[in-house]
Amino acid sequence: MQYLVSVIFDTADLATPEEQAAIDVFNDRLMAEGHWVFAGGLGAPSSATVIDNRGEEAMVTDGPFLESKEYLAGFWIIDAPDLDVALKLAAEGSKACNRKVEVRPFL
Amino acid sequence: MSVAGVREAITQAHHEEWARVVAALTRRFGDLDVAEEAAAEAFATAVERWPADGVPPNPGAWLTTAASRKAIDRIRRENKRDDKQKEAQLLYDGPPEPVGAIDDERLRLIFTCCHPALAMQTRVALTLRMVGGLTVAEIARAFLVPETAMGQRITRAKAKIKAARIPYRVPSAEDLPARVSGVLAVLFLIFNEGYLATGPGTDPVRHDLTAEAIRLTRLIRALMPEDGEVAGLLALMLLTEARRTARVSASGELVTLDEQDRGAWDAALIAEGHRLVRERLAAGVAPGRYQILAAISAVHTSARDMRDTDWSQVVALYDQLARLDPSPIIALNRAIAVAELDGPEVALAAVDRLEHTLAGYHAYHATRADLLRRLGRSQNSRAAYDKAIELAGNTAETAYLTRRRDQLG
Repeated sequence: MQYLVSVIFDTADLATPEEQAAIDVFNDRLMAEGHWVFAGGLGAPSSATVIDNRGEEAMVTDGPFLESKEYLAGFWIIDAPDLDVALKLAAEGSKACNRKVEVRPFL
Repeated sequence: MSVAGVREAITQAHHEEWARVVAALTRRFGDLDVAEEAAAEAFATAVERWPADGVPPNPGAWLTTAASRKAIDRIRRENKRDDKQKEAQLLYDGPPEPVGAIDDERLRLIFTCCHPALAMQTRVALTLRMVGGLTVAEIARAFLVPETAMGQRITRAKAKIKAARIPYRVPSAEDLPARVSGVLAVLFLIFNEGYLATGPGTDPVRHDLTAEAIRLTRLIRALMPEDGEVAGLLALMLLTEARRTARVSASGELVTLDEQDRGAWDAALIAEGHRLVRERLAAGVAPGRYQILAAISAVHTSARDMRDTDWSQVVALYDQLARLDPSPIIALNRAIAVAELDGPEVALAAVDRLEHTLAGYHAYHATRADLLRRLGRSQNSRAAYDKAIELAGNTAETAYLTRRRDQLG
């Protein structure tokens, strides 16, 4: 079972060197224990572009699709047998990156 | 068997077997929704059939078998196009589980319903439905929300458990204390909502909820007899419930501890509560908060009257509790005991220090009002009563506070 662990943050500040080091340790652990699927940090919301191609032609809009105080700063996709394991890993991830995270199951 | 006898047998089976049936089916079919619906259908079938066919010798086994058939029917309907092999698996899913494992099944059910990934109100609703067997309508009434809203809350919870794969198991030893304390919080909330029911149209004491909370706590106690906090919570509930009838007057007014008719307390519940408290003292393990609260209750219920109460013991227990949980509510309750030991002036000074955190809590104002009254400061007392009445949600409390205010000179 795969879970999306979204990193939620309220500024565009990048991880500090200490945070990055802690994230690296956590990532190594995810890989060693077979939970790792994928992970990445995202650029600031202001670097986003929205495309809507449901109509006649693609509409391109500058900026994020949703203006909000908190936004997605990065994510992990982890493999875990159940939510208890996923929550434990997410708690460690939150500690490592020093940010709030949201755990959501894939269908 | 008479009609009344059959009805009695069905009620008893519902109390004793509902959680077992739901738990066994959840284990077998891996789906709370299927288990709940099938269990409800099985009990409906019992209501139909038992008056004519007689009560089966083993009602629990009858209900589990009936519910399993209903579940298989539903799964078949939903999986019409599934391959035959899967259907065969449903029908022949191996030898029956040993009877001893069934108790664990109910624990699994309880831990799943009280999972920390669910909102507190959702845990309460789900526990009452899945473990307690209350109908959605009954739970909705208990918490004063529309039935459709309560139904949606429970449906969403079941969907989340399934989609996010909240595990159906007893937590590991390492996680157990925290998870048990989560379960106890749910049961204590159910009890308190019954004990101090809120809302203008409700009875001041909802015996159905206090009784259900006690029944569920007894169940957990039977499943986890070694757990001190489980015993502590059960003792606390019993010692509180013992005073239930003395706590509200015939006119629906709250009767405070000093004015209660102690002869009206339930001696059997008090004896059982005291036994549990003694058992925990003898265990020699540092007590948690429920055990300390139960010990405080035991001091009160051991006393012939207010003056006979060992207030220094009560204050010492509150000190012990405050070290575990330095919350302002505990400090408030400690101050109430201090008033009996050191007088209202000392207590008032302690209470006043809590204003910044408890200004929105009716008991803070009610306590201040009482202390100010005892100090002869009628005008300040009246203002505090006004504030307490404005914030109180329980009809018996409101009636009591109003009378006290109107009696001020």
